[in-house]
Order: sequence, then structure tokens, then C-alpha cells
Amino acid sequence: MSQETIYAVPNVPTPGSPVKFNPEVCDGCNICVDTCPIDVYIPHPQEGKPPIVLHPEECWYCGCCVVDCPRPGAVEFNWPLQQRGYWKNKETGKTHQL
Amino acid sequence: MTTWHDYLKEEGQPPSWPYPIRFDQEQEIDTDVLVIGGGIAGCWAAISAARQGLRVALVEKGDTVRSGSGGPGCDHWCNAPANPLSRVDPDEWAQHMASRPYSNGIGIQIQCREDYDTLLEMEQMGGKIRDTGNEYVGAEGRDDATKFMISPRYGTIHSYLPDPRVGEPNFNPPETRNNVVIRVWGSTFKPALKKECRRLGVKIFDRVMGTSLLTENGIQGARVVGATGVNTRTGEFMIFKSKATIISTAGAGSLWFMCMELGGYTNMHSRAISGDGTVMAWRAGAELTKMEASAVTMIATGYRHKWYSGAGDASYENVPLVDAKGRRLPYPIQGWVDAGAMVPAPGVEDKIRQAIMKGEYELPFYGDFPSMPEVERRATWNLMLGEESTTRIIIDTFNKGGFDINRDLLQSYKFIEGQSRPQWRDAGYGGGVLVDWNLKTSLDGLYAAGTQMFAPEDHSYAAATGRYAGRKAAAYAREAGDLKISCDQIEKEKARVYAPVKRSNGIEWKELHAGIGRVMQYYVSEFKTESLFNIGMEALERIEQEAVPRLFALDPHKLTRSLEDLSMLEYSKIIIHASMARKASSVPLNFQRIDFPAVDPPEWNKFITIKQENGKVKTGELPPDFWGDMKNQYEAHNRDYTGVYKAG
Repeated sequence: MSQETIYAVPNVPTPGSPVKFNPEVCDGCNICVDTCPIDVYIPHPQEGKPPIVLHPEECWYCGCCVVDCPRPGAVEFNWPLQQRGYWKNKETGKTHQL
Repeated sequence: MTTWHDYLKEEGQPPSWPYPIRFDQEQEIDTDVLVIGGGIAGCWAAISAARQGLRVALVEKGDTVRSGSGGPGCDHWCNAPANPLSRVDPDEWAQHMASRPYSNGIGIQIQCREDYDTLLEMEQMGGKIRDTGNEYVGAEGRDDATKFMISPRYGTIHSYLPDPRVGEPNFNPPETRNNVVIRVWGSTFKPALKKECRRLGVKIFDRVMGTSLLTENGIQGARVVGATGVNTRTGEFMIFKSKATIISTAGAGSLWFMCMELGGYTNMHSRAISGDGTVMAWRAGAELTKMEASAVTMIATGYRHKWYSGAGDASYENVPLVDAKGRRLPYPIQGWVDAGAMVPAPGVEDKIRQAIMKGEYELPFYGDFPSMPEVERRATWNLMLGEESTTRIIIDTFNKGGFDINRDLLQSYKFIEGQSRPQWRDAGYGGGVLVDWNLKTSLDGLYAAGTQMFAPEDHSYAAATGRYAGRKAAAYAREAGDLKISCDQIEKEKARVYAPVKRSNGIEWKELHAGIGRVMQYYVSEFKTESLFNIGMEALERIEQEAVPRLFALDPHKLTRSLEDLSMLEYSKIIIHASMARKASSVPLNFQRIDFPAVDPPEWNKFITIKQENGKVKTGELPPDFWGDMKNQYEAHNRDYTGVYKAG
């Protein structure tokens, strides 16, 4: 087993990932980079790759990056744990969380 | 790989800054009309000025396509009493809306007269305002001839206050409803506005934060002749020379919040608002008013699960609330049965709270979607909630996650979170720039629109007032003489803007923000006294003298956030100055002074104004209806108004 480099890095910002990219579907068009009013993303240095989530903790959860993405399934929303809503089946009474 | 840490792991080094760095480089732009802030009001202002045939530049901190609090969407076009289904007279309705304490009668009159025209222009540009796909045939309020969807809001009177007859059977029958609010598909609006700006040749400067206004010869209080800005990706310094300038950058968002990691959930405004426009105007010498007002942000034990700020909440938005055992709560909904009441009658919340304590209602509470008629359920979920601000993504993820409106009850967080803490406050709906009947500020050459003005309202108010300010600023620009800008003023601003990037250590923007937030929470919160204000002001001045000189920013993005903090620091000081000037308590201003406990005494029923003259703070006052006769004033100032734009 090869030895992986363990870097000394500051804590990961929290919430750490408001979205998840699917690199199989995302073609790195960077429309989300330009749509985001906050600059949560920067383009990936390598063309065609999904952008880098640089400022996840600044996201205001407007969702426009996902709603305006021209390739369905390329990026999906990933609500932080504390923002995941609850619901209950009216008949069975069973509760669910997003 | 999508996160920064993933990248580091894979590449063995962090990514380089992806944009060219242009600190200290300058770009100069000459224009007739400059608009600072490209949200709803700013886009409408730019379009309206460009339609007059003038050169227009639009400056936006994000990207105009979706930026601003109304960028993601909007589900209600409020106050359109001139629409063909309305049963009220626009001028009478404007009077009615402006009768709420400390309103902006000028903006409301403009909204009531021109909101419907503005909506029709939105449709011309490609915005969806009617049920053209016949999705909601049979829904209450749908007009089959026009395919407009009238909203249950404002059934009888305006519903910011509950109608005293709520609960009486059939008190709000269809034939007497005022029909002033129209449901819209607002998620289609912002991209259409940007497209129209482009079509009209508006020069859009996305990713540029306005930092200061330029005044003639650099003199405070003189005519505004342009502005400066900084590119949020490259750090390039922007100098705009303009005959007329419109500010439309909205309120101060997260002033009382200490934790910027959670800034995105704090309220229904965009995360990016930081009082920039108000502070720019203040520094230039413009008069502000109502700056002492603030409100509790409606967060409680955590950052609230609410529609506007992430995750879904079965709030009172049309959906009947039930307890865990399915018992209906006496809480009004915004539906027809309650005439769209947005708040309960006095005492209702407390009654419910007491019943929880006694075990008569069991938590959690839920929104009972399945009990609603099918078409109302769909209209509420897909249209009313789905189009409201940041909610499209909430609806989509809930649908994807398995939530079914036909089967499931959606949890409500209003009561389970407990009372909101009074030190978590919001300045977003209070103070702003004072305007006259041309939406001109107290400075020549400077106009304001939308949430930039004092006592702002909603999305359609921003649209209508932006459109109005655009045509008034254009009229001024046509007549305006030559500009004299001051190189000294520009150099001073450059030094201020770039100071944080000259340092590589010290205090970063998040700590500065938290420091300001803490001062506001301690000294400008629920308990207000002269001595607390003095301590607060001293604390802010200490931050200014000791922390600001150590503020550092490693890249243009962090520089932007640092400059936002500096805006908020100044904004906080303005709030304290204004608060000291109001020596009485007030319910509508959410302003309780322990040292002046008299609540809304008649002699204090007035606006407190505030401005700087030669760097000194001056306060003044204006009567509560200083705008005069709304109908006559509007007509006197708009004899040339031509109604809906006819595309040429």
C-alpha cells in the first residue's frame, strides 16, 4: 500500500459542501461558476473538470447553480446536516428526513 | 474532485488564483447613467434609463443573471391595484398601504400606480406572469380570461395586520376581494432582465463591488459625478464617471450575526448585501432616515428552517397547521379563509404556546398538505412556494428526496424552535436613503431605488421604483452639465480599498465581522440606553482604530468580504447615531429605550434624518407624511409618463 501524503491543513470550512458534482455528467462548462452570486466556486485549472468548491461556507443556498445547470444530474444540492427538513407520512405516521 | 482539500490531496499543491490579479490597475468608464447594484431594482433602473436612449453602465457584485435577493425567484407581484381584476382604486390603495407607521409613501404610490405596467413589461421581456399552460384551472383566484392567478394575500385589507373578522364564516367572499396581488413565476424574471439589459446595450460590469461615490471636487454634499469600484475576482480598480448615478444595493444583512459560516441562512436577503450603497451615500453626504429601526430575525435555537433561507418549513404559507396528533391549530394561514393574514391576531401565538406547555397541543407541528383541495395543494407547493426566492431548489430536493404533497405532512419549525433571541437582529427592512418624488436623494445627481431607500417593501416594489428611478435619472442626465471629478478623492479611496491586500497577516474578515456583530448584540439590541450606545460607539471606534489597520486579505475575493465588513462597521455607527437621536420607544421601529420608556408618544411620531456635513454628523426630522398629497404629488411629477413600454 503506497504511503499517502498527509498535509498539515487548517480545518475544513463548515458547512463544507453545499453541492455534489458528478464528474461523469459535468463537462466543466462553468456556468455555475458564473451564476453563483457569491463566488462559492472557482473554475478547475484543468478544462472540462467540475469546478472547485472554494468558499462553501459562504453559500446562501439560493440553488441557482443547480437550477440553471444545463446538464441535468451534473450537480446536485447537498443540504448541510442542520438544514435537512423533516416530514411525516399522514397515514402511517412514519417520519422522514431529507 | 470538487473541494479545495480534494485538489490539494491530488495535486500536492493548492490551485493558483484562477483570475488575473490586477491590484492597483485602473479602468475608467464614462457613462450617462450609472447603476450600482444589479438586483431587481438595479436591472429595472438600467433598462428604463437605456430605453430613454442614454448610455448606461450597471455595476453588480455578483453576476446579474441571478444576483440579489430576488434573483432566484419571486412568487407574488404585490400591490398591483391597477390590474384589470382589481376592485380597488390605486390611489386609495396606496393611501391604505402608506398608513402603516413609518412607511415610504412615495415608493408605495409609485408601486400602486406603475406596478401593473411594470408587470406587463416583465412579460414582454419573457417573464411568466400567467397560467398559460393551464396547470391550475379551478384554483381559487385564477381568472380564466386573463389566466392571471390572484393571490389570497390581501383579501380585504392589507394583511401585514390580521383582519379583525378572521374566523367569522364567509367574511372574505370572492366577490369582495380586492385582487391586488398576482401570483407570478418569478424564477423566470432575472435572466430575462439581464437579457434585456444586454439587448439595450447596457454595459454590465459583473463582479464589481461599488466602493464609494465621487462628488464634484471631492466635496461632501456636492453633486455626485460617479463612483469607484473594485473587481471581486481581479482586484482591478474601477472609476466610473456619470452624469447621474442610481444606487440600488439593498440593506445590511448580517450585521448582528457573529458567525459568517452560517451567514447564508440568516434571512431572506442575499448573503452578499452589506450596506454598501447606504454607506457610500452616507460618506458622500446624503441624508438617510429610519436608521434606528431593526427587527428580530426570527431565528431561534438555530438557523431557522424557513423557506427563504434553506430547507423547507411548513410555515403559514397557505397550508393548514396541525399538531402531532392532527389537531388543527388556530394559526392563520395566508389562504382565502384568513384573507391572506401574514401574522396572527394578538395573543394567538401565546395561546398556542400555553397549550403546548399544558400538553393540549403536541409537538412537532406539521403543514397538512394532504387536507388541501388538490389544485390548491399543487398551486401552493409548485407555484407559491416553488417560485418564492430561494425556494425552487428546496421544492426540487424535497420532491427528489421522496416528499409527496398528496401523502405527507411537512414539519413546521415555528414553535419547536422557541422564541427568537432579541440580539439576533436584522436591519434589512428599516433605514435607508431619503428620497423625494423623483427618487432623488438629498444629493444632486444621486438617485435610489428598491431596498436602498428607507422603509422598503418587496420584489415588485423594487421593480417599479427601479424603473421609475431609471427614467428620472435619465431625465436629469440629459440636462446635466460637465463633470469635475477629484483625483485626490480617487487616490484616497484607492488607498482605503487596497489597504488589506498590503498585509498578509493580522485580522481576517470573518473575525472582524464577528467583532462588529458582538458589539451590536451587546449594545444595540433589546435593551437600549444612552450609556449602552456610548459604550457601543466606543467599541466600534476601537475596532476602527485597532483592528481595521490590521485587516488583511489574501486575494480579491477576501478583499471584497473585507470591504463589506468595513461598510458594515460604518453602517453600525450610523445606526447608533440615529438611535441616540430618537429619545422615545417605538413598537413599529422595534425600538425599546429603557431610559425613554414612553412608547410612540405623539411628539415622536416623525422620521429622524441623519447625514454628514464636513465630516460632522447632523440629525434632523421630518413629519410622518412629509411626502404630501400622494396622488397630487405623483401626478405633478409624472405628466410625461407614457405607461407600458412599446417595443420599437
